[in-house]
Amino acid sequence: MSKAGSTVATADPPTPAVSRLPRRRGIELALIVLAVLLSVYGYCAVGLARHGTLPPGAAGYGAGLGVLALLAHLAVRLRAPYADPLLLPIGVLLNGLGLVLIYRLDLETPGDRAAPAQLVWSTLGVALFILVVLLLRDHRVLQRYTYVCVVAALVLLTLPILFPAVNGARIWIRIAGFSIQPGEFAKVLLVVFFAAYLAANRNALAYTGRRVWKLQLPTGRVLGPIVAVWLVSVGVLILERDLGTSLLFFGLFVVLLYVATGRTGWIAVGLLLAALGAVAVGRLEPHVHSRIETWLHPFASIEAGEGANQLAQSLFAFAEGGLLGAGLGLGHSYLIGFAVKSDFILATAGEELGLAGIGAVFLLYGLLVERGFRAGLAQREPFGRLLAVGLASLVALQVFVIAGGVTGLIPLTGMAMPFLAQGGSSVVTNWAIVALLVRVSDSARRGCDGQDAR
Amino acid sequence: MTRHIRHAGYFCVLLLVALLLNAARVQVVQAPSYDRNPGNRRPDITRYEQPRGDILVGGRRVTGSRDTREHLRYERTYTDGPLYAPVTGFASQLYGTTLLESTEDGVLSGADPMLAPFPLWNDFTRARNAGGDVVTTLHPAAQEAAFKGLAGRKGAVAALEPSTGRILALVSAPSYDPQPLSGNGSAAARAWARLNADKDRPMLNRAVRQTYPPGSTFKVVTAAAALDTGVVTDLEAPTDSPDPYRLPGTRTRLTNASKGCADASLREAFTLSCNTVFAKLGVEVGVPDMTATAYALGFGNGGLRIPFPVARSTFDTTLDKAQLALSSIGQYNTRATPLQMAMVAAAVANGGQVRDPYLVERTTRPGGGTLAAAGSRAVRQAMYPSTAVRLRAMMRDVVENGGGRNAAIRGAKVGGKTGTAQHGLGNSGTPYAWFVSWAQGDRDLAARVAVAVVVEDAEARRGDISGGGDAAPIARAVMRAVLKSP
Repeated sequence: MSKAGSTVATADPPTPAVSRLPRRRGIELALIVLAVLLSVYGYCAVGLARHGTLPPGAAGYGAGLGVLALLAHLAVRLRAPYADPLLLPIGVLLNGLGLVLIYRLDLETPGDRAAPAQLVWSTLGVALFILVVLLLRDHRVLQRYTYVCVVAALVLLTLPILFPAVNGARIWIRIAGFSIQPGEFAKVLLVVFFAAYLAANRNALAYTGRRVWKLQLPTGRVLGPIVAVWLVSVGVLILERDLGTSLLFFGLFVVLLYVATGRTGWIAVGLLLAALGAVAVGRLEPHVHSRIETWLHPFASIEAGEGANQLAQSLFAFAEGGLLGAGLGLGHSYLIGFAVKSDFILATAGEELGLAGIGAVFLLYGLLVERGFRAGLAQREPFGRLLAVGLASLVALQVFVIAGGVTGLIPLTGMAMPFLAQGGSSVVTNWAIVALLVRVSDSARRGCDGQDAR
Repeated sequence: MTRHIRHAGYFCVLLLVALLLNAARVQVVQAPSYDRNPGNRRPDITRYEQPRGDILVGGRRVTGSRDTREHLRYERTYTDGPLYAPVTGFASQLYGTTLLESTEDGVLSGADPMLAPFPLWNDFTRARNAGGDVVTTLHPAAQEAAFKGLAGRKGAVAALEPSTGRILALVSAPSYDPQPLSGNGSAAARAWARLNADKDRPMLNRAVRQTYPPGSTFKVVTAAAALDTGVVTDLEAPTDSPDPYRLPGTRTRLTNASKGCADASLREAFTLSCNTVFAKLGVEVGVPDMTATAYALGFGNGGLRIPFPVARSTFDTTLDKAQLALSSIGQYNTRATPLQMAMVAAAVANGGQVRDPYLVERTTRPGGGTLAAAGSRAVRQAMYPSTAVRLRAMMRDVVENGGGRNAAIRGAKVGGKTGTAQHGLGNSGTPYAWFVSWAQGDRDLAARVAVAVVVEDAEARRGDISGGGDAAPIARAVMRAVLKSP
């Protein structure tokens, strides 16, 4: 506890172990076993549907996933025994389901297999999870690296500008055959930075200036940071043509700013800036403009005789799924073509598992986010609270932006569905997020006397 | 801060609810319209994902499926494409389906809910049944005989089993191979363009979709009406008809191709195919009774399905006497499909009873179990049985002593009627050669086959065209093929 920074003066005093909370590690183990079994079942269902036999690698696949999950579980049991028992199983289940879907789509593209690489990346992700849980004994250590985090994040964000654009977006770097999206790692670093920065400066930011109607606008002096973040977001958007990521950063910052200061004025300012940026970019950037046109008229290309575009194909896939889905391995979501395993992975889930399936997936994400918020609520010190809320919001916003995009709710922006989508950087990052949430929830519940926190 | 975290949490709940509602909108509310969107290829992919059921002729499959390993996986193949094209039609991934491929598509493609093991089962499991088979009534030897007989000359043959209405042969020439149309590549598009540009119109099913003036073969109908109404009571009695015959109310004089028609008896007039006698008889019968007999035999019926639709054969009901006279010898507005004329011959052979023709014996499940069988068809008594007996005798006279000698078969009773139909402006077109007939083996209880043959034969010189010369040998070959089989 003494490692805590100056802002953590309210850290809990050590409490005697009189009425400690139950650790619930057994529940976690049972849920992990369930998650692994569900994934293996999905894997087998694909094989049965496609070839009428169990896929040859079913046992190995199940064993691999099981061992990974068990190692992660052991790490939690060892170093974060009070952690929320739902976080890890949700991560395992989503990752397992993602692997099943990617394996299933690989059957349609025999020349381009993504599942083995994704399995390797998942292993790396779990390894990172274990490392974080083992080595990061207290999340407050991260507060020391506030500015290291932001510099690293900005470097990671700007790095891909030096590399050639891939499919209209400069978000990849290619090294030795591997594509890495540094922006994914930058997300976690930025959350850490936001949390630390806001935890340190929340009082100053909470000063209010003029009052317009019911909104208390912040004073001009503290507008600096939000404008800076806005500029970075717009910069990301223009330089990398990555609408989703810039939306995500900005939304995240506004949410954290509101949570930290409790001033609705920040939301007003945020929305204003976002609207300004959106209108300007929508007008100026043809890339973004066409996305909005496609969103408004997804079937215009069909009527023009040019065939269905990706969004239309995605909508067709969801529609084909209906309530209960076509069954794993029995859909035709490969018609979406490019990015079917990454950005559009949810369409495969929607077609083959139906509304029931993606409803379940959404609820899993919802549960993950909810556990994150709970961890934040249970925390006593602001950095931990903001970190947990920030990470949970990151997942929530990301899911909303991409899932809303592929289902036609909002304009489509390229972004990885957490855990499900193909993409190594994304999987590794998501495991890091879960690891940090495990760490925060462990520290929250460890320090509890069992009365005011759940 | 706790309160604001909760607010942020509510915001996330809002996002979640929005996602769920929108997913329900796309997957449930909008799903039917998305499924029907022309840009959605799923219906096609599902349809061609499995081999199509087959069409069977005489216990043998005349269709097949080829696995192309493309997105639209299975393509239709045909073992004897041109021979059976007027029955099977084509099943194209680009141009849809026709004829049996179209009317039996539900069974063949597996979409028919009757193929499911239980009602609503497939709606729940989303399984698609394997395609069922369609067993036709065709007689392969008769079909081949008709196809060979036409030998590519423009024309058509329809053959029926008179007692049931089963269609034994249905040939249209020139024919085409439907297989090149099956796929979805540029080859299919080229074949489609070529077939549609062909001035001989090979994709026209002349046996059921084309009507011709029936000419003298229509005299069977006129004779039936005359006997039924009592205009003629004695076949051997003179009919008191002049030669030439002046069409009532006009100065036009109708003549005959053969001599001996003046005042001929009905039997003689039928054998000699006297236009004058039948024109006069038609006028004496009158429009209502002529119409009644023609309609009872199937004329005027636009709704006949075998199961694909048959063009309406026409007998005009708003006629003055001169028009009636011409209509009664199968000219003016009288037009018939070859199938219709086969029905006329079948009615005579079957004691005056008409049964609607049909082509599908039964449909079967993939395992062979019967899905649906052709029940017995409704019967219409188109003429008195006594009339039918007398017409049978007259038609046998044609084959034994008249213009139908080319249709005679040893060891069988054969009745027929020739026809040479004028058409075109001022009868300038190459006439159509007709022959309608029926045959009953000496040991058979009832007539086994009734045939109608029409040969357009634009190639031949005008004088050579006659029902007895061009069409009768084809009819004979078809009837022999049927009689030879046990």
